Amino acid sequence: MSSAAAHAEHDHAHDHAHHAHHDEGFIKKYLWSTDHKMIAMQYLFTGMAMALIGGFTVYAFRMQLAFPGMSVPGYGRVTATDYNALVTTHGSVMIFWVAMPVLIAALGNYLIPLMIGCDDMVFPRLNRLSYQLFLLSSIVLIASFYVPGGAFGGAWTSYPPLSAKAEYSLTGLGSSLWLFAVALEFAAFLLGGINFITTVMNSRAPGMKMFDVPIVVWMIIIASILFMASVGPLIAGAVMLLFDQQLGTGFFDPAKGGDPVLWQHLFWFFGHPEVYVVLLPAMGIVAEIITVFSRKKLFAYKTVLYTAIGTGVLSFFVWAHHQFIAGIDPRMANVFSVTTLLISIPVAEMVFVYIGTLYGGSIRLTTPMLWALAFIAEFLLGGVTGIFLGASGADIYFHDTYFVIAHFHYTFFPIAFIGSFAAITYWFPKMFGKMMNETWGKVHFWGTIIPFNAIFIPLFLLGARGDHRRIYDYRHFPDLMKSGMQDLRVFATLALLVLLAFQVVFLVNLFYSIFRGEKASANPWNANTLEWQAPSPPPHGNFPQGLPNVYRGPYEYSHPDRQDDYWPQTEPDAAKS
Amino acid sequence: MIRPIATTREMTGMPTGRLAVWWLIASEIVIFGGVLGSYLMHRIGHKEWAAASAHTNTWAGAFNTLVLLTSSLSAVLAHNAALRKDGKRAAKLLWFTILGGGIFLVVKSIEWTGEIKAGYTITANNFWSFYYTAAGLHGLHVIAGMIVMMFVAADAAKGKELQRVENAGLYWHFVDLVWIFLFPLLYIAK
Amino acid sequence: MIDQYVESASTFSGDIDNVIWIILLITGFWFILAEVVFFGLIFKFLAKPGVKAKYVSGEKPHEKRWVTLPHYATLAFDVAIIVLAIKVWHDVKINLPEADSTVRVISQQWAWTFVHPGPDNKLDTPDDISTVDELHVEKDKTYHFELTSRDVLHSFSVPVFRLKQDAIPGRIIKGWFKATQTGQYDIQCTEICGIGHGIMPARIIIETPAQHRIWNQSNAPKVADVTPTTPPTQLGGMP
Repeated sequence: MSSAAAHAEHDHAHDHAHHAHHDEGFIKKYLWSTDHKMIAMQYLFTGMAMALIGGFTVYAFRMQLAFPGMSVPGYGRVTATDYNALVTTHGSVMIFWVAMPVLIAALGNYLIPLMIGCDDMVFPRLNRLSYQLFLLSSIVLIASFYVPGGAFGGAWTSYPPLSAKAEYSLTGLGSSLWLFAVALEFAAFLLGGINFITTVMNSRAPGMKMFDVPIVVWMIIIASILFMASVGPLIAGAVMLLFDQQLGTGFFDPAKGGDPVLWQHLFWFFGHPEVYVVLLPAMGIVAEIITVFSRKKLFAYKTVLYTAIGTGVLSFFVWAHHQFIAGIDPRMANVFSVTTLLISIPVAEMVFVYIGTLYGGSIRLTTPMLWALAFIAEFLLGGVTGIFLGASGADIYFHDTYFVIAHFHYTFFPIAFIGSFAAITYWFPKMFGKMMNETWGKVHFWGTIIPFNAIFIPLFLLGARGDHRRIYDYRHFPDLMKSGMQDLRVFATLALLVLLAFQVVFLVNLFYSIFRGEKASANPWNANTLEWQAPSPPPHGNFPQGLPNVYRGPYEYSHPDRQDDYWPQTEPDAAKS
Repeated sequence: MIRPIATTREMTGMPTGRLAVWWLIASEIVIFGGVLGSYLMHRIGHKEWAAASAHTNTWAGAFNTLVLLTSSLSAVLAHNAALRKDGKRAAKLLWFTILGGGIFLVVKSIEWTGEIKAGYTITANNFWSFYYTAAGLHGLHVIAGMIVMMFVAADAAKGKELQRVENAGLYWHFVDLVWIFLFPLLYIAK
Repeated sequence: MIDQYVESASTFSGDIDNVIWIILLITGFWFILAEVVFFGLIFKFLAKPGVKAKYVSGEKPHEKRWVTLPHYATLAFDVAIIVLAIKVWHDVKINLPEADSTVRVISQQWAWTFVHPGPDNKLDTPDDISTVDELHVEKDKTYHFELTSRDVLHSFSVPVFRLKQDAIPGRIIKGWFKATQTGQYDIQCTEICGIGHGIMPARIIIETPAQHRIWNQSNAPKVADVTPTTPPTQLGGMP
């Protein structure tokens, strides 16, 4: 870039800083902002609030499972109808209104402009609109709890004919509101994705080539592309399901020539890539943290990138492993079993690369590092238990049992919660200009990880012993009330109560530190990536000293030619400075 | 709101607005792909749909195809005018494109009114369910395109944001292309 | 292993258990190894004063080896597992051995209707026996089941057989099983089907030939009295 252009950008940055000094009203600053950092906070806090709903629903239904028929404190009696609505809400909220907004929207919005060295997203007003659509989707979902008939209870997978006809679901209005909420959420993320992808493609700092981009940014972009490529057929399906619900069409009604299994294909064609949509950003977060806190270059950056892309592409060819016994042609099951087991290879490779990054490191077990390491340890178990389900012959037994639930919680909980806690504790100083309390951070960590395992290991055992899903009272099944089984259910529930209690520690630490935490410097972790060159927190426009240029990749830690064990991307080479 | 520096950078060599429209089109291709894919799977399994689709008005469909193609032509001419910095001409040609969209919608309304009166409603059978859903979704995109072009034309007439003429045109070509697929699938394949 | 907790009562339940056991051995081994290496590296390379970390790009061949070798090992074991799993899948879901008898399984919101062929061993004859929530079969006989639904998706699951198949309205899906021991066991619905999904348990009653003959005789509608639409007979219903 010519020096004249560089000067023009520099001056423009001064203009930005100048504007930031003007007082912004409360509304403009907090509710109507187009600044990517504020929009990120909106997504983050909305996502955390929705996590409270996700947590409350699981509290209620697990209490019912542990103490069936008894009134649950803070909820009341959980009827069969309540139970189905609670599990549906839990699943839908955790995936669409917690994992996606926190990992993709909040972190993507916050980090991308900072990490690629520019002053905002390319379309700030579209960004604001995306959040508003998302907020509307949350409101529509919550509204569905209060309409006649109550919340939709057909599971987050919403299979017709149950979800298509009010006479079957008994929640005519709730079903359509749920569907509408999901559709709005999809629209918000589609728009957000276009913003992210365009920004990373076009607005990188001068000197930042493709392989100089931090892995977390790559992962969010690949995830956005995956989302965009996979959600289309489901949007089509959602329109068809809505018409079945409200207009009486028969897209999924066999009596009218429709096919319920079509919905399943449309849903899972999206549903499977979706899990990688949330996994990749979480893995990106882990990459950033383990490099910083082991002071080591990321092992095989290109391998990480290519396996992430490979996983994304392969993820489009595995979807029917959710439908092995659904009535598809059994020969198709063979094809999908093969592709499903093969996808374990790139994912395993990424995990091996992360483990390889630790080799020869100088590891500091800070709170973010503990979370990042825990992600790897726990996700490994989620990954290997997936093999039991991808192998079609074994899946005949495990399908729709608690084994499946335990498997996907060993993947989703690391993704949504361990990943989020890792990200929040790591980037908190940048976001709020304060440090979180390390001791309480570690208390929260152990108080989360230990109970987490105590909840889900019993669920593997219960699933193997026959507990099937979405059942509100196992007392109707003599074979499932054999010795020890109810004890396992109670144990898992008590572990959940401990887990939930320890989240209070996090919330207190978070809010206390925002207001009273120790002041943070620009780069408290001695990290290389560009966001640590901006002040903590960055002002409007991000880089008051001028938008940075980039001279090297993001992971030059412990370079043999340097005294310091880190080398910021924006520091010119000695010869040129 | 001041345009961020981010919006002006062009690491790919393509202006940001155009890059974004291509990604938008990509996401829409998957949506319409899903609708049409589902339709095709059903159609293959239901030979009796040929009888239902015989009642679509092929002449109306053909006329509408011509209308959309012509309007895409005027969109291209609008882009050429914008390249020559002739905002007023670009705006005029955009309005011609919008008119094409309007004619398309009017013809479709007349078509649908007739079909509904004859009892071919969205719930008549699954062929008609797909017909109205697919064409309806397309129609919504026509309306969206028309609204966007109105805003772009208003700016272009004042010589402002001329690069958006091309972007709006790109979107309109996509909408046209979807119709090129819909027309044979819904009207001709009997 | 599973059969320590859930009885293994069909000709293919043992095969399914074997596949599960082998997967457990393979994945368990690699899982434990990976975790041991992982924790080992953490403790070995904890920060020590004055000791700088290594600078390793991971792009050199001798470094990449550490990732590509486990990669190929994963592939090899995946292939082994796929072969075993598909073999079992083929046996249960693609293969359809000749039937000694056929039963019809009709699921609905929220109960199971089982139509047995009766003493003449032919379905759709006047001596068919319809029951609600109780399936009576004979040990060591190969049964075909014809599964359907009257309304939404359900799923016919018999854990002791390790058998599961979704039921779709408007379709009749065929499958098979052969019981290897007598007893009474749970039948579950394993696809969420509305608010009554959890209150449609059923039981499978596996009988000796003699017991089954007696059940057939005492429950078959008398040909002279009734049409095939006899109301269901129930022995010892569910709570």
